[in-house]
Amino acid sequence: MNQPVRVKTLKIDDRDVSGREDETILEVARQNGIFIPTLCHLDGLTSIGACRLCLVEVKGVSRLLPACVTRVEEGMEVYTQSERLQKYRRMTLELLFSERNHICSVCVVNGHCELQSLAQTLGMTHVGVPYRFPRLPVDASHERFVVDHNRCILCTRCVRVCDEIEGAHTWDVMGRGIDSRVITDLSEPWGDSETCTSCGKCVNVCPTGALFEKGKPVADRLKKRQFLPYLTMMREERR
Amino acid sequence: MSTKRIATVWLDGCSGCHMSFLDMDERLIELFQQADLVYSPLVDLKEFPPDVDITLVEGAVSSEEDLHKILMVRERTRTLVAFGDCAVTGNVPSMRNPFGANAVLQRAYLENVTLYPQVPREVIPALCERVRPVHEVVKVDVFIPGCPPSAETIYLALSELLAGRMPDMAKLTRFGA
Repeated sequence: MNQPVRVKTLKIDDRDVSGREDETILEVARQNGIFIPTLCHLDGLTSIGACRLCLVEVKGVSRLLPACVTRVEEGMEVYTQSERLQKYRRMTLELLFSERNHICSVCVVNGHCELQSLAQTLGMTHVGVPYRFPRLPVDASHERFVVDHNRCILCTRCVRVCDEIEGAHTWDVMGRGIDSRVITDLSEPWGDSETCTSCGKCVNVCPTGALFEKGKPVADRLKKRQFLPYLTMMREERR
Repeated sequence: MSTKRIATVWLDGCSGCHMSFLDMDERLIELFQQADLVYSPLVDLKEFPPDVDITLVEGAVSSEEDLHKILMVRERTRTLVAFGDCAVTGNVPSMRNPFGANAVLQRAYLENVTLYPQVPREVIPALCERVRPVHEVVKVDVFIPGCPPSAETIYLALSELLAGRMPDMAKLTRFGA
């Protein structure tokens, strides 16, 4: 049975807006053309609030809240563009860039990368913390795809799309903290995976050059994500 | 208006940023109506002069020579510009960092050499263990990302600096551009 839809009214950046009670601050902001940066969020996948780029200020709440997993509430006053937030967002990006080896000029997705373009959008022109330069593997054992851990930002979009949409759960995360890494099966070479269906969804949702298809020129490495909202929409209709 | 003194230096980079600088073509003439190029790999001067207003630094700091140069350049420059991705991020030269300088020397001078393999100890400056972006070594005033930054980007940045303003580089260029 359909429950009656409750609508909440709130303010985002001093603008009066409204959203359904089951919608997040991010969804309502985007419906109203208010920009909040994101990296781990992707329409069609479960939101996890991991990348912290969508942090916003809510009046009366002392800590910052991730817009992608915070539901709208009646009378909420949300601020998305304060100087403090912009500083934190740039800092988050700097930490992401410093954590692994993101060499944009020689990356397979140079020009189509969400991390790269977000750095430009948010005005991050250099990384203030020392780069770590970790030594990380590249697994090219799969027939069609490659995982380059140097470019991975651990957004786990690949893990979620593989589990939630494809239903294979080939991808997962191993290790803790800065040693975390995405793995295929039980940390076996991707090419040996018995669960991978080679559907390529993980490659298309990856925001960076961490997952890419072999044998394609850089110009053709645009990630194609149009399939995702349609797949989730059809599933919800069937339910 | 007094004539500004501009210099460019070339550390560990491919000189692509300097090529892009030359791509400003006829706009170079316009820029250098208001400024003098007092030192550059493009002109024949041996000593980096004192009292330079703006220095563009191409390349990362990766050898003892780079280190020596950048410290001197910083001391003699008012506005130091990290010019291009190698200077700003370490870029391609920094790709040796996960392996260390020794691994690079081994590969280049021993493993792939058949006749008298030996690592040079003279003439060629010693490599630092770690390649660093310029701002990890000295204070940088302006960052121009890009591999290389376009001639348009360089022109706009220099025009702003010559007019005494700080250019907003994020609007003009990005890493890997």
